[in-house]
Amino acid sequence: MGEKIRVVHYLNQFFAQIGGEEKGGVGPGGKEGPLGPSRALQQALGERGDVVATIFCGDNYFAERQQEAIDELLRLLTSFKPDLLIAGPAFESGRYGVACGAICQAAEERLGIPALGGMDEGNAGANLYRKKVYIVNSSASVARMVPTLQRMADLGVKLVERAPLGKPEEEGYFAKGVKRNAFAAKPPAERAVDMLLAKIRGEPFKSEIPAPKFQRSKPAAPLQDLSSAVIALVTDGGLVPEGNPERMEPGRPTRFTTIPIAGLDRLDPNEFDAVHSGYDTAFANRDPHRLVPLDVMRELEQEGVIGKVHEFVHATGGAHAAVENATRIGQGIAERLKAAGVTGVILTST
Amino acid sequence: MEIPVAQVCTMIPVAKEVGSLRAIASGGIVSPTGNPDLPSDKEKEFRRSLVLRALQVLKEEV
Repeated sequence: MGEKIRVVHYLNQFFAQIGGEEKGGVGPGGKEGPLGPSRALQQALGERGDVVATIFCGDNYFAERQQEAIDELLRLLTSFKPDLLIAGPAFESGRYGVACGAICQAAEERLGIPALGGMDEGNAGANLYRKKVYIVNSSASVARMVPTLQRMADLGVKLVERAPLGKPEEEGYFAKGVKRNAFAAKPPAERAVDMLLAKIRGEPFKSEIPAPKFQRSKPAAPLQDLSSAVIALVTDGGLVPEGNPERMEPGRPTRFTTIPIAGLDRLDPNEFDAVHSGYDTAFANRDPHRLVPLDVMRELEQEGVIGKVHEFVHATGGAHAAVENATRIGQGIAERLKAAGVTGVILTST
Repeated sequence: MEIPVAQVCTMIPVAKEVGSLRAIASGGIVSPTGNPDLPSDKEKEFRRSLVLRALQVLKEEV
């Protein structure tokens, strides 16, 4: 690369040396040349680039008027004709971290300018933006400012030069969930056995497939009284009305069905199907109650054991569901049930 | 207000691993609330007892 990279650095009001919490309402601004930590960024870049400007915004202003703040910051950013935007590091500061993620995403998507942020793993901005933009792990300690800026500078130069990036743990950024093909020295069976032997010997080893982290939810309070309860039937076994009018996918689901059952005493096998690529649906097709127990729920409703069966059944297919999609489907179903006044759910899973 | 959920499923350890809080053992993978090996009246009895268990766990503190 012949010419030096033009870098703009985004900071909050504190690091831009405008003031502390009392200046959080300060609107977007920009200044030519480095300011505060930008000087360390300039050192980290060395001969490779110049911090041509610093742009900044108060944390509260950004949080309260995000769209306005982004529009104005992008206008400022454009005026400095940058090749690269570096935002933060924000360490543990949540509002600052979210602002860093948001401005990086906007710069990349709206202006096509490569951008990267820096913050602690626990920063709310890391969760929100780690899959959208590169974010370097700064840790929570402000004492890590200089080494973090060094990593951000190195990674930023690679982004601008479109150089291949190393793995997240080598370069110090949060995994975006992007998979790249790579050649390994040993075939999978050998690697797996090596890992197992290391485990048996009590030696350190690293899984090639990180286990997904599941969010823990707070237990809902138990029902006090079944006789007044409104119970919804939900299944991940893929119940659909005959012909699958809502076009639910048999595998890798992205949606759920909403099946009206008001007035139905039972599920007629001729009117319902199970659509699911992960189990043998023949038994559920022959008798859908094996999947959704409407027949006995109606009996219990008539006997007064429960108050009411909710008037819709929701179903999705569980086969190969991506955790993100499954979460979204679950949230969508929960919102409907909540709005309808449902007080308890029986979820049947295949 | 959260809504309690009783999950009728076969792989209880998997359900717990992903955060299911009220999971009970089902009639099997292909028939969570049934058992194709039973005559239909017995199968319905079995289903009724499973559903009553599910309703019961909705009343339990976790």
